[in-house]
Amino acid sequence: MAERPGAGFRSLHASRRRLAPELRIAVPRGALFAGTLDLLDRLGIDTAEVRANDRRLLFEEAGIVTMRPSDVPTYVEAGAADLGITGKDVLLEQSDRMVHELRDLGYGRCVMVLATRAGEDRVADALRHLGVVRIATKYPRVAAAHFEATSRQAEIVEVKGSVELAPLTGLVEGIVDLTATGTTLRENDLVIREEIAVCTARLIANPVADKLKAAQIDRLLEQLDGV
Amino acid sequence: MAERIPSGTRDFLPDEMRELRAMTDRLRTVFEGAGYGEVYTPALEFERTFQGDLPAGPAYRLFDEHGNVLVLRADMTVPIARVAATRYASEPPPLRFSYFAHAYRRVRPQRGQSREFLQAGVELIGAPAPAGTAEVLNVLCDALDAAGLENFRVGLGDVMLYPALLRSHGIDEQSGERILALLAKGDFVGVERELAGAELSDADAELLLRVPRIRGGSEVLDGLTGPLLEAGMGMQDVLELLSPQTAARVIFDFGLVRSIGYYTGAVFQVYDPAYGTPLGSGGRYDELLGRFGRPLPAVGFALNVERLHIALTGEERGRG
Repeated sequence: MAERPGAGFRSLHASRRRLAPELRIAVPRGALFAGTLDLLDRLGIDTAEVRANDRRLLFEEAGIVTMRPSDVPTYVEAGAADLGITGKDVLLEQSDRMVHELRDLGYGRCVMVLATRAGEDRVADALRHLGVVRIATKYPRVAAAHFEATSRQAEIVEVKGSVELAPLTGLVEGIVDLTATGTTLRENDLVIREEIAVCTARLIANPVADKLKAAQIDRLLEQLDGV
Repeated sequence: MAERIPSGTRDFLPDEMRELRAMTDRLRTVFEGAGYGEVYTPALEFERTFQGDLPAGPAYRLFDEHGNVLVLRADMTVPIARVAATRYASEPPPLRFSYFAHAYRRVRPQRGQSREFLQAGVELIGAPAPAGTAEVLNVLCDALDAAGLENFRVGLGDVMLYPALLRSHGIDEQSGERILALLAKGDFVGVERELAGAELSDADAELLLRVPRIRGGSEVLDGLTGPLLEAGMGMQDVLELLSPQTAARVIFDFGLVRSIGYYTGAVFQVYDPAYGTPLGSGGRYDELLGRFGRPLPAVGFALNVERLHIALTGEERGRG
């Protein structure tokens, strides 16, 4: 017969279980990372481990999983995380994800813009003469929806790297991208022609968790509104 | 190309079929035991029969030799309403039917979300609220118990509740439609923005924002006033007619909005922590039968059999 665990083991086990977090939160690495960890600290969630470990992704004891911002809706939709924090830009691009958008958290403010090279507006020029414009973006669905909503024909060129390069080399006439301060745009001789949407950090929830863990989620929201 | 199958469809092999069959047998026993005789209707219906009830729209359209537009059925509720109104035109209500049949919807294919999917459900025709609603909820919970699902809950709401509340606060039709569409998407930030744009007192805006977030046990029905009281009393009436086992499964949810065009009153959704999307849904459709010439109140539910299978497997794994 196996040795029974001693009292010490049991109490350790019990305290672990008591501390096991009620909610698992998907936290975005990147631009929203610092702001998100600060917010979680204020909500009483211990993020020291997360701050100390650059490479670890799963922090079971704090109920935190870290990932790219664009992966957050994927995890939350599937219920692999109950809650998640990501940018509105990500939610706009993945608008068919079935997640609940609970709060505008306010931080990480950026603007989704249409930008072209300084000087003559090449987008307007292309539309006038050719009836169609080429637009580079990492947000193909947001860009396509914007041009469709304004009844203009656009060929959307999806790029993975620096979008700013595309108009400078003549690949496209304009770009749709997210900008916080406009510095990168200015440094690449680009100017904002249209503002498409203001994007801030959002708190999202899995629709089933939002019902079955209602009390825990509402408690967190109350804390959040009090902060 | 010949070896491929259309996107969103798939093959079922013997291991899965055995498990699915065992599950549907248990569901069928409960349905038949409660007096719900099984029916089957054509997979093909005329497109006009569905009249845009389902938001996802038909996945497949076909033509017959006369040029009529046909669709693969988007659900079984509409065909059964047609059957009840035509084949049972003079039968005294209530009528009870069950079904196990594939439905077809234009969805983004993923696990538990196919364009061809098996539904198991019942329709109770000619039984008004609250008794009819309670009977169907009891059958639903008994069926899930029989299937072996342990941790499920059923959210119960009313699609008339929030629209009535918006109207009583003077929200105009257009703005109301926008708010309901945002709510259906779960975009509460959008709802808050929309309410901020309406001319409301702070207290009213706060109320309209808070109500769709009300969900929980029967304690949420206490202390309601105004239009909320009426909806709350409707839910209370249903609750009192539920079996104790079913009552223990129900959570009241003021945030449920119309997911299918024909719903007219109580609606419900099945949740299980082992799966991130509802396993099934149902509700009252008191006006659908009238469309086929025999106006009768009705209520029913449909379970997505594939999702139920995933949830059962997930629960088993969780138990280790």
